Amino acid sequence: MKQMRPNDMMLQVSMRLITLIIFAFSFYLFLAGHNNPGGGFIGGLMTASAILVLYLAFDMKTIKKAIPFNFTTMIGVGLLFAVFTGVASMLFGFPFLKHFFDYFQFPIFGEVELTTALPFDLGVYLVVVGAALTIILAIAEDDK
Amino acid sequence: MTALHWATISPFLLAILIPFMYKYVRRIHTGWFVLILPLVLFIYFLSFLPVTANGDVVLRSVPWVPSLGISFDLYIDGLSLLFALLISGIGTLVVLYSIYYLSKHKEKLNNFYVYLLLFMGAMLGVVLSDNLIVLYVFWEITSISSALLISYWFHREKSTYGAQKSMYITVFGGLSMLGGFSLLYVMTGTFSVREIIANVDLVATSSLFLPAMILILLGAFTKSAQFPFHIWLPDAMEAPTPVSAYLHSATMVKAGIYLVARMTPIFGGAAEWFWIISLVGLTTLIWGSISAVRQKDLKSILAFSTVSQLGMIMSLLGVGSVAYYFNDGDNALYTTAILAAVFHLINHATFKGSLFMTAGIIDHETGTRDIRKLGGLMTLMPITATVSLIGLAAMAGLPPFNGFLSKELFFTAMVNVTEYGIFSVETWGIVLPVLAWIASIFTFLYCAILFFKTFTGKFQPEKLAVKHVHEAPIGMLISPIILGSLVVIFGLFPNILAYTLIEPAMAAILPGILEPGEQFYVNIYHWHGFKLELWMTIGVIAIGTIFFLTMKKWSKSAFYRSEQDIFNHVYDSGYNGLIKGSQVLTRAQMTGMLRDYFLYMCTFIVLLIGYTMFRYDAFAINTDNLSPIDPYMWIVAILLVISVVAVPFINNRITAIIVAGVAGFLVALMFTIFRAPDLALTQLLVETVSVILFMLVFYHLPELRKEKIKPSFKLINLIVSIAVGVMITLVSLSAFALGSETDFTSIAAYFIENSKVLAGGYNIVNVILVDFRGLDTMLEILVLGIAAIGVVSMIKLRLKGSEDV
Repeated sequence: MKQMRPNDMMLQVSMRLITLIIFAFSFYLFLAGHNNPGGGFIGGLMTASAILVLYLAFDMKTIKKAIPFNFTTMIGVGLLFAVFTGVASMLFGFPFLKHFFDYFQFPIFGEVELTTALPFDLGVYLVVVGAALTIILAIAEDDK
Repeated sequence: MTALHWATISPFLLAILIPFMYKYVRRIHTGWFVLILPLVLFIYFLSFLPVTANGDVVLRSVPWVPSLGISFDLYIDGLSLLFALLISGIGTLVVLYSIYYLSKHKEKLNNFYVYLLLFMGAMLGVVLSDNLIVLYVFWEITSISSALLISYWFHREKSTYGAQKSMYITVFGGLSMLGGFSLLYVMTGTFSVREIIANVDLVATSSLFLPAMILILLGAFTKSAQFPFHIWLPDAMEAPTPVSAYLHSATMVKAGIYLVARMTPIFGGAAEWFWIISLVGLTTLIWGSISAVRQKDLKSILAFSTVSQLGMIMSLLGVGSVAYYFNDGDNALYTTAILAAVFHLINHATFKGSLFMTAGIIDHETGTRDIRKLGGLMTLMPITATVSLIGLAAMAGLPPFNGFLSKELFFTAMVNVTEYGIFSVETWGIVLPVLAWIASIFTFLYCAILFFKTFTGKFQPEKLAVKHVHEAPIGMLISPIILGSLVVIFGLFPNILAYTLIEPAMAAILPGILEPGEQFYVNIYHWHGFKLELWMTIGVIAIGTIFFLTMKKWSKSAFYRSEQDIFNHVYDSGYNGLIKGSQVLTRAQMTGMLRDYFLYMCTFIVLLIGYTMFRYDAFAINTDNLSPIDPYMWIVAILLVISVVAVPFINNRITAIIVAGVAGFLVALMFTIFRAPDLALTQLLVETVSVILFMLVFYHLPELRKEKIKPSFKLINLIVSIAVGVMITLVSLSAFALGSETDFTSIAAYFIENSKVLAGGYNIVNVILVDFRGLDTMLEILVLGIAAIGVVSMIKLRLKGSEDV
């Protein structure tokens, strides 16, 4: 006799919507960091939580297929972002990690402030997402 | 580098070549290559004799570490030349002897001659160095090479034991000596012996005089096997006999004598110097001679006799140092002791070297050194017996050999002490000649035992391993014969030494006492009338003979039968006690339990901080500048305290995790209250993620065990944790109270003003994190990445069993 799987339909359906909202919110937190509460660290943790919730609702295989990232690589990419932001300023004769910002006009968004702190924060974001998920998934997948 | 420098380091250079000669020229005994060097050196040093006899000195300098005042200065005066001649001369004879003693087929000759040459070079360096640090360096090389030579047959347990013991004792003394040298440098600002002697009044008036003196004397006493550090010398007899003859009779053990003689111009004239050296020397003399009587092994007897004779020379140097007090070179009353010391130093090197070599011959030819098995060798080994007889008669102080003359001088010097009238000798001075006389009786006794037990009586071939006992080959006999002849020549014509060696050496030990251009005038003669010294010698011979003839009676006593020196027990039990004690101590504190180590750390933190704060009176509580506390803050704070206090009392792990999580969320609430939105958000998310983590690992963890902890341990835990909490609280309160009194201006104002202007952001926290202090953030995400990789590698690369710890 085939064993009955518990039916998680309610959870799974609502998750599809909720994770989208959480992702959006985490992206907002990440971008808002410069002028409002938020930033790479918080945004990254929020994204990690969203993916964790997905893992809770669905099984491992499904999510791995849906999000085909290697989170460990993500740590390295994030660190490279952070380091290159710092090195880039050295190329122009400034000290390591010197940041710049300016205001630009864009067709839809209007005046937008762009800063070199953003790629740095993106590095933080990627490392946090990668590290949190690497740790938790490694422990969760450990079957012993 | 001058010729003298090359001469000093030539043994080291030759030592490099020896292994090649041993490996590629197997047909010839390696010793023949070595033999040339000490012979050349001896002739080279002989060429300095006219220089020192004129009262001149030779100084050759090569800088080594100029910034520290250390230069490789070599200095030849009468004293160092005397030693250099002894080292190279006896070195030649010992190498010659060893060529016949050690088989080129069975022994590792490359090791032997490398060690021996190292020793020879180091010893030359010790006696020729003018710089104290250079002297110390060579001094330690003699200790090391001596230990290597003692453990030459390293597969024997006794050899390694003896080497270890001698190493410990001499290195202990060497390090003390280095301390003494450093103190001398502190006092005078130079490492050069000549310059220190020139500024001797700086030393004499310094408060460091006594510590420096005692430290240097410790070095000299350990090296020269003085009481109670003599115990390493008998154990060093496990070395091959050429080594015993060279190191442990003629040269290394006299390094301490040399040091004392060298330091006499610096420390001499002080009562402490006089009493310490004289009494230690006399104690060594009497203890060594009594112990020698009890030994049954030829080399042990000779070892203790060396100890005893070194004590005699040492005591003479002590007594002679008084010449500085009177500052009088004319009066033989004060300088006889130094004369006797120098003279006996030469004599002892000659007869003790020959005695060791004959003992080696007997061992080599009969297979034993036990005097209970030996006997009746006189007719079998006539040459050995003759040489032994000459050496032993000289050692016992019988005319017409050189030992007689130096012993007479020794008695004269000791009797003179009673007439000094200083250092309270009038009360205790009479002890010195009496002790010297008693020791001489025992010296006579063991000399008699050595000769008569070995060479006379009944031959006992059944007790010997070697069946066919016969005289040694001529090559082995050359060296002892030469030394034995010197004993006779110096005995009959002592004044050939007087002008060449003794007078310059005395002038070197006692510089500054003579007027410029003046010289010591030494005339040693046999017959000085029926004086007290002669009667003392006659008494020694008479009583010694009686003792020897009645040996059967007292040889059964426990005193005679126990061979072990009592100080060996002290050394052994001290050594084992140190090992056991350190084991007990280590086991007591290194329990292997993390909670114990944590307890130590916490206790130490509390005590250290508490003492420091108390010491600087830093406890302060000031409530003036505190902000008002709103009621909802109270509520959050009380909830926080309750959740934290509850955790240790929970027995269920899942409850504990949740309660800890509650505490974390309350902290996030605190952050909200104190208007830190970024922190609150982060804390909330981190807490969530870590609770999830806890839940994940919880699955793997065993049930919380009911731990059986003693109530007393629980009580200690409670006390320490309360103490830590109270201490940190007090520190925070004091920091707040005292910090508000100082006039720091916080740099926060700068960030608030410039966050928008310089970095284009309103979120000051984030701007600080990514812009003003971006480097910290970068390294923190690195930490995070490393932690993640660490977790992955711990879990994925798990090894089997207990290996993964």
